[in-house]
Amino acid sequence: MLNAVGREIPAELLVDGKEVYQGKFYMDGKYVKKDSPRSRRAVTPVADKLCATIREAAEKCGAHDGMTFSFHTEFRDGDYVSGMVAKVLIEEMGLKDITVAATSLGTAQGIIAQYIEQGRIVGAQTSGVRGPIGEVISAGKLATPAIIRSHGGRPRAIEAGEVHIDIAFLACASSDPFGNARGVGGKNNFGSMGFGMQDAQYADHTVVVTDTLVEAPNVPASIRAIDVDCVVVVDDIGDATRISTKEARMTDNPRELMMAENVARVIAATPYFADGFTFQTGVGGPSLAVNRFLEDHMVERGITMRFALGGTSSAICRLQDRGLVGHILDTQDFDQGAIDHISTHPDHHEIDLSEYANPANKGAYVNQLDFVVLAALEVDLHFNVNVITGSDGILRGAPGGHPDTAAGSKCCIIVTPLTRGRMATVCDSVVTVTTPGDCVDVLVTDYGIAVNPLRQDLIDCLDRAGIPHVTIEWLRDKAYGLVGTPDPLEWEDQVVAVVEARDGTILDVVRKIKPFVLS
Amino acid sequence: MKIIKPALAGTLESSDAQVSVEPSTDGLEVSIESSVMNQYGRQIKATVMETLGRLDVTSGRITVIDKGALDGTLKARVECAVMRSESTSEAGIPWGGAIR
Repeated sequence: MLNAVGREIPAELLVDGKEVYQGKFYMDGKYVKKDSPRSRRAVTPVADKLCATIREAAEKCGAHDGMTFSFHTEFRDGDYVSGMVAKVLIEEMGLKDITVAATSLGTAQGIIAQYIEQGRIVGAQTSGVRGPIGEVISAGKLATPAIIRSHGGRPRAIEAGEVHIDIAFLACASSDPFGNARGVGGKNNFGSMGFGMQDAQYADHTVVVTDTLVEAPNVPASIRAIDVDCVVVVDDIGDATRISTKEARMTDNPRELMMAENVARVIAATPYFADGFTFQTGVGGPSLAVNRFLEDHMVERGITMRFALGGTSSAICRLQDRGLVGHILDTQDFDQGAIDHISTHPDHHEIDLSEYANPANKGAYVNQLDFVVLAALEVDLHFNVNVITGSDGILRGAPGGHPDTAAGSKCCIIVTPLTRGRMATVCDSVVTVTTPGDCVDVLVTDYGIAVNPLRQDLIDCLDRAGIPHVTIEWLRDKAYGLVGTPDPLEWEDQVVAVVEARDGTILDVVRKIKPFVLS
Repeated sequence: MKIIKPALAGTLESSDAQVSVEPSTDGLEVSIESSVMNQYGRQIKATVMETLGRLDVTSGRITVIDKGALDGTLKARVECAVMRSESTSEAGIPWGGAIR
């Protein structure tokens, strides 16, 4: 069945009430019955909840064949706990038919790729897929298609019981012996625990894995002891220096700086850029650099930001320290500066992914966003964005909060170079739709700016401000003129991943790529 | 032109291509690897064949490892590898002839 972004969704996926994507606010006003965990009572007072090993904790929590376990990826590439846990469950305990429900799957979880290859892990539900895991999933090695959800879609699916977590293994920087746990206060701090907080409330069992045991009560706790079955102390939960990888950097590339400057000009040209505006930016080079240029416009107008949302970097913390940002509502910290800042600044707050972006609660913070600045692998003539598959059709990206912030914000700006190597970023039709075009308002590239024709009001704003812009067709022609018109990818029938829209409808599918033979 | 001895041109940097040529007695044998194979493999091959044709190279083993090079880069790397292979002097480059 064809959905609202023109993608053909196979009928066999449209079972158990699953529908195709029908527009960004299609589910508004509908009711949802929330799932609840099957929770074991801990009535008898105990001296502590400590277990000597992950295995002991897993056994106490009834780890079994066919179960689903979850973890958060606040440590990004420096995460140790997910690999440790997977190894214990699969290799030590010999469990099979396991599903992982993660906030992301990347190089730090490389061992999971082996277990998928071996058929021990049969299901994956995640908000991102990178590295070897992307390759094995794309090769069709999972027994069931992977499910890709946004950061708002994940808590929605957990609440709706579409994914039920048997055991959540949560890396925590510090914990007391009863499981009051935080992302700070230990030897390996990662800051906000936003990715993991909801898992503890909906999983049947929760295991806190920490490397710093502190005296009770460890407050204010992000994970509360009332939701925790076991606490395990390990040598190190992760390497915080590897949180900030090449995806989260401040650029000195003049092309990226030029694009960032243009994004700031576009923002300043809209009526939303007024005292008390709200803002989120991604961590791609040009997106992150927007912070730097925005400051000048704010000082010039004498206005401040009411809140900054989402993944947090030092750049936005510095703006808060200068009094230009009221609150930071933080789901994830991208560098050491931000990690330190969340525990020292009273108006830098930790929020969970449901508060951040879940479209099925009574109004997540993304709905209050004025601006979001995001990157893209590809943007097509309908402004649909792909951030999940490469030009070879292999899974290698992460929707994260992209679709959520795009849908919630008043002005969603995509910033991306027109070409990357020989890849045209602006194209006829994206490989995979991860953010629907009706959520995307402005595209800023190094060759020009295009505004979604659905937003005549923004076109008028740019015209009044004297900011030149072109059509997206012009940008596509320019890109193809530089690199040549790409041949369409060729696919097999097998669906290797389902891309869910944030509301749970099906936005697109990723099929197995046909091996390319050059005749 | 003839491929007389093994020669190499280009790098494995992003947006470049490395072209190596070796003599062969079995006619023309071209192998291509590319980071953008699915979308541009056919165009890369067409560009390489057209360039070899223009240089009148009819035998040799040609290996292209492409890292997303644009057509102009590909042509230049193929031309350079072939000319290095026959030790063409600067004065011997057919500017305006086969090279334009």
